[in-house]
Amino acid sequence: MKETKNILLVGVGGQGIILVSKVLIAGLMKAGYDVKMSEVHGMAQRGGSVTTQVRFGEKVYSSIIGKGQADLLVSFEKMEAARWIEYLKPEGTVVVNNYEIPSMPIATMKAEYPQNVLEALAKEFKTVTLDAGQAAIEIGNIRTQNIVLFGALVKALGLNDIDWVEILKENLPAKMVDINIKAFQKGMEL
Amino acid sequence: MKKLMSGNEAIARGAYEAGVTVAAAYPGTPSTEILENMVDYKEHIYSEWAPNEKVACEVAIGASIAGSRSLAAMKHVGVNVAADPIFTYTYLGVNGGFVLVTADDPSMHSSQNEQDNRYYAKFAKMALIEPSDSQEAKDFLKEAYKVSEQYDIPVLYRVTTRVCHSKSLVELGEREEFGFKPYVKRVDKFVATPANAKIAHGKLEAKLKALEEYANSSPLNTAEYNENTNIGIITASVAYQYVKEVFGEKASYLKLGFTYPLPMDMIREFASKFETVYVVEELEPFMEEQIKAAGIKVIGKELIPNMYELNPDIVAKALLGIETATKTVDTDVVARPPVLCPGCPHRGFFYTMSKKKNTVVAGDIGCYTLGGTEPLNALDSVICMGAGFSAAMGMAKSFEVTGRDTKVFGVVGDSTFFHSGITGAIDIVYNKGKMVPVVLDNSITGMTGHQENPGTGKTLMGEDTISLDPVDVLKAIGYKTVAVVDPCDLTAMNNVVDEAMNATEPYAIVTKRPCVLIKTLPPFKTKCEVVSDKCKKCKMCLKVGCPAISFKNGVSHIDQSMCVGCDVCMQVCKFDAIVKVGEQ
Ligand SMILES: Cc1ncc(C[n+]2csc(CCOP(=O)(O)OP(=O)(O)O)c2C)c(N)n1
Ligand code: SF4
Ligand code: SF4
Ligand code: SF4
Repeated sequence: MKETKNILLVGVGGQGIILVSKVLIAGLMKAGYDVKMSEVHGMAQRGGSVTTQVRFGEKVYSSIIGKGQADLLVSFEKMEAARWIEYLKPEGTVVVNNYEIPSMPIATMKAEYPQNVLEALAKEFKTVTLDAGQAAIEIGNIRTQNIVLFGALVKALGLNDIDWVEILKENLPAKMVDINIKAFQKGMEL
Repeated sequence: MKKLMSGNEAIARGAYEAGVTVAAAYPGTPSTEILENMVDYKEHIYSEWAPNEKVACEVAIGASIAGSRSLAAMKHVGVNVAADPIFTYTYLGVNGGFVLVTADDPSMHSSQNEQDNRYYAKFAKMALIEPSDSQEAKDFLKEAYKVSEQYDIPVLYRVTTRVCHSKSLVELGEREEFGFKPYVKRVDKFVATPANAKIAHGKLEAKLKALEEYANSSPLNTAEYNENTNIGIITASVAYQYVKEVFGEKASYLKLGFTYPLPMDMIREFASKFETVYVVEELEPFMEEQIKAAGIKVIGKELIPNMYELNPDIVAKALLGIETATKTVDTDVVARPPVLCPGCPHRGFFYTMSKKKNTVVAGDIGCYTLGGTEPLNALDSVICMGAGFSAAMGMAKSFEVTGRDTKVFGVVGDSTFFHSGITGAIDIVYNKGKMVPVVLDNSITGMTGHQENPGTGKTLMGEDTISLDPVDVLKAIGYKTVAVVDPCDLTAMNNVVDEAMNATEPYAIVTKRPCVLIKTLPPFKTKCEVVSDKCKKCKMCLKVGCPAISFKNGVSHIDQSMCVGCDVCMQVCKFDAIVKVGEQ
């Protein structure tokens, strides 16, 4: 693959985005890609909006992208997808978790959670919606929500030739492996 | 072997490979993980969290004088705090090599300003090195120590958020067993009396001349020529990655890793080969100004913004006029500002202050800065670390001498208290400030990701040590009353604040409750829940600003996956609609 691919992961502090990017990169490295990733630490982690960018290809220079450059946007929270959508290429794909986390202005009723996010996304972009929270609960642990999303990410990217189950085994604590493999497979199916 | 590393991990690794034996820092985003990763090499490197950046810098300077290769690391504003020793150590020169890592934060992802610290190299007269990715962050550090020792000068090692927090593949190397340089007492070199400093300054100017020669042939400065192009780009740091991304083989590059003193001969020769020469650098025109002053024709800030961080998109737009196509969607996105965690100990104090009339709260930098956001909205100023006490003192004096009766509270966290709050607290008692200093002691350095500090009883390297209590310090300084209170007990918190407002003798408050994210604390066993039938929809509970609370189906609702049962909302509800559940 000559073209560098750009993935933007967005969500809310504490949703487990960093783990997903770690697993993703481990797989990409094993497959022999040059990889760069960039994450923002600090203030934003206190319940703010967070992003991680992953870029891979034959040779990658910049670790960050500008607007209109992501091939894939994976949003762990519904409204965050709309916040970062300008970073997606017009022909790119957005994978969005149908899961709402109200921000402080919404919680204190100064503003309302936007009602039409999914429709608005689908109108302009190739949109894959999934209920990763529900799926994770069915699997038996809400905390596997991020790996369900990871499954959907892999499916959207078409990176099926990488042995992701093996990568999950190598990067997760032993007692969390089985449930997360289930979560991953669920994400691939949804 | 190649390993995926952040720039900060790579700097720690570079210090190990370069044979560093002493490292000191004060945490600050984006620099914090440098010393956190240094601990991996604790068999070879002594590393410490100093109480502030000036101390960290002086510790590293002392180690350098004693003959170690040493390193100090800090965020950009930390260098302001550490500036005093640096400006003199450049005159004196080193024994073991000395490197000061400054981690700048273009775009202010986690900072109060975006100052460009490359100017410190010029101002204090030291060598400047700027790596552009993790591999360079490791490798250039080894060259930095050679430069420092060979030219007898401190080196400023400047990285930015995107170098620190981007991960890329790094080829590891072996440690060079530098050991130490013998220590020989040299009063003429290391005692900065005016007479010695006068001579030292002359020597320093000569060293800078020699360094410019070095820069022209430094392995850190390289030209990459591509055929059939009329465009030459002079660049440094992470901006190099962006221009490479945009221009690829359609331009030639002069990539500078050693950027002060600039390799002016090399730049002149490079520039002479092209019709158009751009200087692409993030933030200020640091290189551009010097290059233009040398009479070389280049284009820089005419096109490239001098604010915020760059990215490939901004570069393409500025230099090529390329607009990337984007699409938006038609929905109203609501802001998501950072907030105090559910159960945060700071919440009780700020909720209490939000109810007090005719008060001013001077704040400081830490998690508790978030006490100034909606709905708590209980801060009047935030400037820099330490100002929570001393700017409050100035406000109190202004109100006092101009006959206004506003009561001033000054707020700092525990780490900030040890960093630079103590001197302000002394000023307040010494100069009879009519104000109340408050230490919000959550037993950790929270904002930067939970580092130990002099109050926590542990060192960076994991050893048990003394645990300094701000209460004892304040008493020793001269505060007659130091009220200690659990900030989440709203009645007690309120009483203490009222008492402080009426106190006639020096009165200080220390709130004590650990941050809920400290990993070594036992897990929370209780939570709070809203009994929907009892909820009168009065919305008082929303005023505490806990992210676990929101209105659902017209009544208050507590997200059970987020609540840690701190009780603050329960104390606020006048209708007993919030109850405690779980093991007591
Ligand atoms: C001079 C300087 N050094 C470092 C920082 C980075 N910094 C911001 S807040 C903070 C720590 C605050 O800790 P503490 O005072 O204990 O408050 P907490 O975050 O735990 O509430 C640090 C180190 C800074 N802003 N300025
Ligand atoms: S990290 Fe700790 S101190 Fe900071 S907001 Fe969260 S609970 Fe409060
Ligand atoms: S404070 Fe009590 S009564 Fe008022 S909205 Fe909240 S839960 Fe309901
Ligand atoms: S008890 Fe109330 S204020 Fe405390 S964490 Fe739970 S919901 Fe938030």
